[in-house]
This record gives sequence, C-alpha cells and structure tokens, in this order.
Amino acid sequence: MVNLQSIPSPPVHTEERAHEADHPTSLLATFGADQPLKLDCGIDLSPFQIAYQTYGELNADKSNAILVCHALTGDQHVANVHPMTGKAGWWETMVGPGRPLDTEKYFIICSNVIGGCMGSTGPASTNPATGKVWGLDFPIITLPDMVRAQTMLIDRLGIDTLFCVVGGSMGGMQALQWTAAYPKRVFSTLAIACSTRHSAQNIAFHELGRQAVMADPEWHHGRYFEQGTHPHRGLGVARMAAHITYLSDAALHRKFGRRMQDRDLPTFSFDADFQVESYLRYQGSSFVERFDANSYLYLTRAMDYFDIAADHDGVLAQAFRGIQTRFCVVSFTSDWLFPTAESRARVHALNASSARVSFAEIETDRGHDAFLLDVPEFFDISRAFLESAGKARGLTGRPA
Amino acid sequence: MSMQQQVLPLPGIVAPDTGHYRGDHLLVAEMVERGSKVLDVGCGEGDLLQLLETRGIDGRGIELSREGVNRCVAKGLAVVQGDADTDLINYPDDAFDYVILSQTLQATRQPRVVLENLLRIGRRAIVSFPNFGFWKMRIQLLVGGHMPRTENLPATWYDTPNIHFCTIKDFVQLCDEINVKMERAVALDMYGRPLRVNLPWWFWNMFGEQGVFLLSRAEKGK
Repeated sequence: MVNLQSIPSPPVHTEERAHEADHPTSLLATFGADQPLKLDCGIDLSPFQIAYQTYGELNADKSNAILVCHALTGDQHVANVHPMTGKAGWWETMVGPGRPLDTEKYFIICSNVIGGCMGSTGPASTNPATGKVWGLDFPIITLPDMVRAQTMLIDRLGIDTLFCVVGGSMGGMQALQWTAAYPKRVFSTLAIACSTRHSAQNIAFHELGRQAVMADPEWHHGRYFEQGTHPHRGLGVARMAAHITYLSDAALHRKFGRRMQDRDLPTFSFDADFQVESYLRYQGSSFVERFDANSYLYLTRAMDYFDIAADHDGVLAQAFRGIQTRFCVVSFTSDWLFPTAESRARVHALNASSARVSFAEIETDRGHDAFLLDVPEFFDISRAFLESAGKARGLTGRPA
Repeated sequence: MSMQQQVLPLPGIVAPDTGHYRGDHLLVAEMVERGSKVLDVGCGEGDLLQLLETRGIDGRGIELSREGVNRCVAKGLAVVQGDADTDLINYPDDAFDYVILSQTLQATRQPRVVLENLLRIGRRAIVSFPNFGFWKMRIQLLVGGHMPRTENLPATWYDTPNIHFCTIKDFVQLCDEINVKMERAVALDMYGRPLRVNLPWWFWNMFGEQGVFLLSRAEKGK
C-alpha cells in the first residue's frame, strides 16, 4: 500500500477549550435576563457574555476609543500573548505604542464576536438552560447580530461615539455594518480587504469548509464535546482550503515554488513531499488546536448572509446616504476573495452618494492575508487616515 | 495624472499652503459657487481640493496614482483611487454640482467620452488643459523640429502620460460637436495670469499657455 499521511492529530484540549469558552482569560461583560441580545433570526439570546481586551487609556471626554473587529478565525487577543497558543497577538504589527493604532494615543477595544469560541457566547459555550454545551442548539447569528452585541459592550464601557471602527476581512464587514447601522456612533471607519456583501465564490468556499467539518465522523452532529473528541481532520481540511484563498498564486510560488520538504527526490507516496503541502498541513493542525469546529460553522454562515445593500432595497448608496462618518477603504491588488475592482466600483458609488470616502489600493502579491502582514504602505495609509481623522476629532497626542 | 511629479516624503500631514496656490487652481476655485458639491477628477496630491475646502466647498477626488491617493488621505481628503477613463461610469447622473478636470484631459484615452461623462455626473464641468497652440510650442515644432517640451510639460514624447494634446481651438470645436455650452472661457498666460477678455480667439490660441473652461449642458436642439 502506498504510504499515506494525513493531517497530524493535535492533542485534543477539550477541557481547556471548554474552560476558555466559558471563563475566558480576558475582561468579561455579562448581560443578564434584563438585557437580551435580539438576534436577526428572531430569538432573544439571554443571558450572554462578551470577552474583550483593551489597550491604552480612555481619555477624559471618551473621544479616543477605537474598536478593532477581528476576522473569521481571529479573537480579542490583538496585541497580547494568546492564552492558548502562547503566540504573539494577531495584529501586533498594527496595534501598540508607536504603531498605526497607537496605544499611547488611542484606547483600543477588541471583543470576541458572538458565536466565537474565545469567551463570548457561542456554540462552544455552556447553555445555561441545559448545563450542556450549546452545539447546534445555538441560534444562527449574523454580522448585524455581532455588531449589535458590540454596541451593548460599548454602552457598558460608557462610550457614546467611537473614534474609529477598524477591521480586516470579516472585521471590515463589521466596521461597515457599524457605520451603516449606527452612523452617529462612528466618527471614522477603516475597512480593509472586505466587502459590503459576500460573493457567490466566497459562499462556495465556506460551504466547502463546512461540509469538510460535517463529513468528519468525529463531528457527531455537533455533539463532539460529549464524546471527548473534536473533528480536527474536517476542520483542518476546511482551514487548508480556506488558507489557500487567503494567499495568491504568486505568493505561494515565491514562498514555496515546487521545492521539496526535507528531501531531494519524490517518495512516490502521498506523504508531504512538497513544502507547500507541509505548510498547509501545519496551518490545518495548528488551527484546530485553538478553534472550535461548530464556531467555524456559525461564523462562516454569518459572513455568507452578509449583504448591506439587501437591507436597503438593494441600493448600497442608500445604506450610507447622508452619513458624516469618514471612510477609508483599503484593498490589496492580489486579494481574490475581495477583488479590488469590485470594491472600487462600490466605493465610487458611495463617493457619489455623499459618504466621505477614501479608497486606497495597495500593490502586493500577498493576497487577502496582506492586511495581517508587514506591508509598510498599508501602515502609512492607516496611520495618516487616523491622524487626519484625529485632527478633525480634536484629538491631540496622549490622553489627558 | 498630475503633470508635475513632486516627490514628497511619505507619510506626513502637509499643512495647507495658503499663499502658494497655482494660478489655474485659484481661477477654478473662483468659478465654483460656495456650498456646492464638487468632484475633482485627477486631483493629484489634493492641492485644489484643499483650496476648495477653505472656501466651504464639499470636495471629493479621484486620482490614478497610488502615491497621490496616499498623500490626499494623509491630508484628510476624501479621495478614491481610480481612472477617469474607466471609473466615471460608476457615478450616477447629477451627483455633483461641479466636476473638475484639471490638467488631465490630455492624459485620458477617450477625451470625448470623459467630457461627456463630466457633464452627465455634474451639472457643470470645469476643464483646464495645456494649450498646444501656445506660441512656445509652435516655435519648438516649427524651428526646432522636435516635439515641444516646456517647464510645465517636461516629459519627452516617449514617456509622456499626455497622449491627447489639443489646442484651445480644438477644444472649442469638440464642445460644439457634443452640444456643450461654454459659460466661461479663460486663457492663462505663461505666468498663470488671465489674458484680457476682449481679445480674439486666435490671440488666446497663440498666447494662452492653458485654457480654463466652465461648461454646462446646452439646451436640446441648439
């Protein structure tokens, strides 16, 4: 039989993960029966909790708060060591002292989205009604639901208007949703590598990922917690497929080419002969260590449903008509999940509708993931946009 | 698309330089009514938009070069990366009071289509362009026998972005052809000063280094 090697099985930290979902290593805002989260599907989610992190100081008139919205597989640990992986925060290139999102000037908030698995209520949390993990009993959530939950957190923090809402990919979608739904509470919006709706191709890739998870026998119709297992193979495959879409042909070729992994000749097997295979397997297995499979199903679904124009009679300009928020939309030339040509056409429509919008296209071959990487031109634009918005907002240097 | 490629350090907040606006920019700004909404197509580094903002005008920009867009964003201007030839189609009719095309018409692939779009999107259009009929140009071609190069148009024929030069006379003809009404026309001399109004067209075409036109849609049938 031909030698066969599948994705390495990581240790299943079921206990640790379940603990993090209910008792996160984070700040925590809990909302009782008197403050339900009204979901788009018609259900009131109650009680629920939001896990979040903050960096920097809120100034006296509470005008320097920036909300960072994380992407599909991100979490609230933007600029601190991750409690489960021990790795650096996912956006330390962007957030920190002297960085574009300067923690010496701004008060940065990032919360785990509703439906996530790092401490905000989601399918991995314990359902208080049954004492068991929610699993597929958790209601379907949408991007507007995530943002509605964030408004409740911002209320709890006593902040009326956010200086800026920033995010890339699904985070950028949240930033756009914030602006369309609560324009008076958002002074500026920095939306990166995202769109006002999810395309058919993106939905297709998500469906591929979900089917991979559900095809894994360890999934047990979402009740894997009770079996002490986790569908790591299915989720790993989902992650591998998704990861390809976050890169580009050019970036993959530059990084790996057809180079072999620790060998000079093919092994004539299905072992990971090529570096690119080994890399993808690593991406798959390291992801499943920290992420919950059901959460992946719910969050991809939420992105699929996202379409701001659909909520405004199909006219995008209608969603942003007459708003005062300053927009900066950034896209990357090699991003094929959210192609720049599409964003550009939309931004021109917004520009005409009266929204104050800037649009910068950054040339890079690093694909969708460029927003997480060290791309100086992107940092420069972000910094400049925030500085000019800060001037308009009357922010000066360090919080008093 | 700006003709003079200035190299400024990036990034940085550049304070508005109130004393040193270009002559054609001052003239354009003077043609725009206060409180109106303006789209500047090919806005370069946003100098004109900054001037307009000081006059209470709501300005938006389109700029082809990424560096230009980045500098505009740094100045707090609302500028979108885009191309006059391909992106104007995304703008609805009557979206702006004025659409400005400053020193950019000669760099478009389809000047006629662009001009038609300007007057579809805006109720009025303001177009300025270098006059290829300017005497210095004529002399260089006639006496020197080479493609003209001036201080304002320093590029050589093989690397210039300006692919559709015209004279003031040519432009007036195009306006007639596509039924555009000229509300105001001004020629600026080589020092950026307006030429006297009561001079004949041929004089403008010879001594104007650039033309600035305020245009509107002509009534149907005229």
